[in-house]
Amino acid sequence: MRSYSGLRVLVEGLRGHRGWEAAWRSSAPKAKYDIVVIGGGGHGLATAYYLAKQHGVSNVAVLERAWIGGGNSGRNTSIIRSNYYYPQSIDLYELALKSYETLALELNYNIMFGRRGIIFTGHSRHYVETMQRLVGAMELRGLDVRMVGRDEIASRIPVLDMSSGARFPVWGGFVQDRAGWARHDAVVWGYARAADRLGVDIIQGCEVRGFRKTESGRVIGLETSRGAIAADKVAICVAGHSTTLADQAGFRLPITSYALQAFVSEPIKPVLDTIHLSLATGVYVSQSDKGGLIIGGGLDLYPSYAQRGNLPVGAQVLGAVADQYPRFGRVRMLRQWAGIVDVVHDSSPILGETPVPGLYLNCGWGTGGFKAIPAGGQLLAHHLATGRPHPIAEPFGLDRFHTGRLVDEAAGAGIAH
Amino acid sequence: MRTARRNRVHLWRESHLRRPDANAEWTEYLFFRKNPKGVSFERWVHALGCRQWFNLARDTVSHRVLAIYAMGEAPPAIARDAAP
Repeated sequence: MRSYSGLRVLVEGLRGHRGWEAAWRSSAPKAKYDIVVIGGGGHGLATAYYLAKQHGVSNVAVLERAWIGGGNSGRNTSIIRSNYYYPQSIDLYELALKSYETLALELNYNIMFGRRGIIFTGHSRHYVETMQRLVGAMELRGLDVRMVGRDEIASRIPVLDMSSGARFPVWGGFVQDRAGWARHDAVVWGYARAADRLGVDIIQGCEVRGFRKTESGRVIGLETSRGAIAADKVAICVAGHSTTLADQAGFRLPITSYALQAFVSEPIKPVLDTIHLSLATGVYVSQSDKGGLIIGGGLDLYPSYAQRGNLPVGAQVLGAVADQYPRFGRVRMLRQWAGIVDVVHDSSPILGETPVPGLYLNCGWGTGGFKAIPAGGQLLAHHLATGRPHPIAEPFGLDRFHTGRLVDEAAGAGIAH
Repeated sequence: MRTARRNRVHLWRESHLRRPDANAEWTEYLFFRKNPKGVSFERWVHALGCRQWFNLARDTVSHRVLAIYAMGEAPPAIARDAAP
């Protein structure tokens, strides 16, 4: 398979684009693999890619119930940042952010990563104090965050209502300049293509229906809609549907599945070249390269597996947009969608072993899984290949709910997931 | 930042959990959830009204309410495919 390049685009353009081949093979399942990854989203594909790339384990299959990137990987707002509170979390999300910075080169796939920065704003003295505490913790870990005043916010986000009569008066904020945005489909397709080139089988339309175990309880394979597949190790990377697979495998998880909605507007002229998140409303807005406003907010109000989202939360999110950016009040929404996210009590992911030998887990990212795809993939691949957790992944084991060593970003970073 | 959820009717958590006696069971009680895809038995409160707590059986895929019953009552028998 040939590499992508600017020259290639030019040559294919002259030849009528007849020379492009499929980005990855359409594989039928083999009888046995060293490692089977369940879930063909970003985290599952990245796990398979890093297994082959960093650990030389290429007898790997990725099983996807529907199609590649059709779940949460295609339903997020594609924001990438690492401004978390606890050192464990900062190390984790920094690994992801640094990997994203060079990912297009590594995968030979333009993921359109743009370092446009993210600005959090606070709307009272108390929010400013909270932000100073957050920024202090991040600076101690060497993160590139800083407090910003009203003037800089007004110049970076000219559409934001900064007037004295604003519904959400702006008192200050903090910014991470290295944060950014990438095209989510390209991340998924890039990992799929790169993994495929290293020999990984990507099997779409293959639903897992049960686990095969030895008498001692060790997982040795799977029952799927396309027949039985044997495997030495199995990894579950299915976000909001993790509990469904855990039930089949016979263990419990501290996960509740909620719908998280996102919205995109009709394209408008460029007005917003950064990402803005309001701490008062939890609503965040950015503008895509095509001109559409990409809007996200809090979780729906009750657990759900319906990928559609409910109206009251949509009205609250869009009402907050109209309050904070009066000029957006008449912008029409083009699309609305929802993904099923896996919310954990401390809003930190679960990585590593399960109570079932041979079965591994990557879940619990809640509303923030997209930004972590390269980290989730590298850390789980490390654990699968070496048998031990990577030092960065160690604090995020499932056993933390027994030991009480929670990484409580729900309280620490104060972010709604 | 979690915004205050002042909803008229508010979901609290999974219902029919038994407060454990043994220390070892507290992890399960505090953190682990059934999180079913399908029929879910839940504890709700009519927060901005009569303040009454009640149990509710709900389908988490269709969002259809299947049964409402008093606190302390046993969950009704509902087939897995009751919701259309």
